[in-house]
Order: sequence, then structure tokens, then C-alpha cells
Amino acid sequence: MTRWMDEEAGPVVRPFALIGGRTRSSGDTLDLVAMVTATGSAPSGGFVPGPEHQRILSLVAVEATSVADIASDLDLPLGVVRVLLGDLKDHKLISIGRASASERILKEVINGLRAL
Amino acid sequence: MDFGPSDEPVALKILIAGGFGVGKTTLVGSISEIRPLRTEEVLSDRGIGIDDVEGVENKTTTTVAMDFGRITIREGLVVYLFGTPGQERFWFMWDELSYGALGAVVLADTRRLTDCFPSIDYFEQRGTPFIVAVNCFDGAEQYEAEEVRVALDLDPEVPVLLCDVRRRTSAKTVLVTLVEHSLRVLTASQP
Repeated sequence: MTRWMDEEAGPVVRPFALIGGRTRSSGDTLDLVAMVTATGSAPSGGFVPGPEHQRILSLVAVEATSVADIASDLDLPLGVVRVLLGDLKDHKLISIGRASASERILKEVINGLRAL
Repeated sequence: MDFGPSDEPVALKILIAGGFGVGKTTLVGSISEIRPLRTEEVLSDRGIGIDDVEGVENKTTTTVAMDFGRITIREGLVVYLFGTPGQERFWFMWDELSYGALGAVVLADTRRLTDCFPSIDYFEQRGTPFIVAVNCFDGAEQYEAEEVRVALDLDPEVPVLLCDVRRRTSAKTVLVTLVEHSLRVLTASQP
């Protein structure tokens, strides 16, 4: 990107243009706090990840990241991120986990909050 | 709910609900690292029928900024706070927000107590554990928590507490009260 296109200039491309105007995908049902991890597989079946796909992949390659954090880090609306994640999931480039809260976890959270 | 492997990252979701201007954003900011989050949703325009053509959907998108905060308890254990949108036209977002939520804080202002009725109804119907936190605004008449409970016709097991969401210690107490309540609900539901 050239220098004048900085953060303050705003997005150069409208968010939904990034995803070809699509608003529906297999990422629709992703919970906001579902954790996304890179599978490490190489793209196959003719799928070419776009720049935003790449940004997500490099983010989740480092550590599991929640859907909401991905949207926040990429500064993209959630709906757009969901479509991008749906693409990546369909091509098995990411896996999505959702650990549920156990009694032990909740006790840990209570103690952690008290210690803040 | 099951015990996962301890190295599996766990993310928990807490909702902050209540009427417009009741202090949801302030609460999220007092206790957590605020993060920017936008959601762009497609709404079908069900407005006045005069322009509607059968079979043609008249759609429009809207961008909504959400209150979103993160509290890292430890590596691999994060609590996320989401402010629920205050305006009625964003009700469609509530279902997805509340799905799998650990619980909800319903913030109340005693000068406009009825503002929190929709939130209370919603969480009661969904069976989401919730507490009512009365934000004590300067200049508002002070009430006891029990008076608020009666006025809101709450079940006896729903915790009600007074708070000042501008203060971190108070915001902390609110969240601890909620998670303790969620823990009670969780253990009560287990055989």
C-alpha cells in the first residue's frame, strides 16, 4: 500500500467489496467468542486466499484468536469477517473450537476477577 | 458442560444490557481493555408497504459500533464483555450475542427503571443467568437493592446490587457477583 493511504484515510475498498458482495456463508453461525486456529494446511482446490484471508491466517497462526478479536484486529465489520472465516473453514485452512465453561473454569474466573 | 483439556483456550462471554445511557460503555471501560468492534448487518426494510414489490427484497446495511472489552484472566482464559445494543431496532443482534453467554449484567437506573424491563424479560425467557446492577447516578434518589427487586418483580434468586460503574472496584464486584451467580446456576443444573 502506498504511503498516503493510512489509517486516517479510511478504507480504500468498501468492506463488502472485499467479499464480492456476499453476505451469507458457512461462517454465519460462528459465535463471537469461538476460537479460530490455523490448521497449517496449504490452500488447495483452486482456492486463492485474498489479502484479508492472508491477514486472518497470519493472525491465527500465532495463537488461537476469537472471532470478535479477529474483527477488531483487522478493523473489519463482523459480518465481513464471518464470510472470510467461512471461506477459510470451507477450505480447511482453519479450525474452530468452542470450549464450554466448567465449574473449575468459573471458579478460576471469579478468583481472577477479584485479583484484578 | 464438560471439562476440556486444560491447554484448550477458553473464551467466556458476558453481556452488559440495560437502557440507553445507563452506563454500559462506562462499565466495560472501567474493568476491561476496550477494543473497537463494528458489525455491519443486512436489514430487510419492512417499512411502509407502498414501495414494496412482491418477491423483491428491499435491503439496506447498517453499521453498528459495539461495546466490546476483554479481560485476560490468564493465558488461554479470556472473558469478553459485550454491550447489548440499546435500541430496539437492533434486537436481532441479541440472539446471537446471548448464544452461549455465561450470563448478563442488566444495568438499571432508578430514575428510569422501566428501561431495563425488555432486557430482564429477554434473559428470563432465554434462561440466561443474569443479575441486576443499579447504577447509582449522582443526584438520583437512593434506593435499597430490595426495593428495586420488588419494583422489578424479580425472582428471589436473582442477585440485585447497587454499584457505581465509574469505579473499577465496583465494576469488579458486579462481574464477580454475576459469575458467582452463573456458577450457582451451573451447579444447580447438574445432577
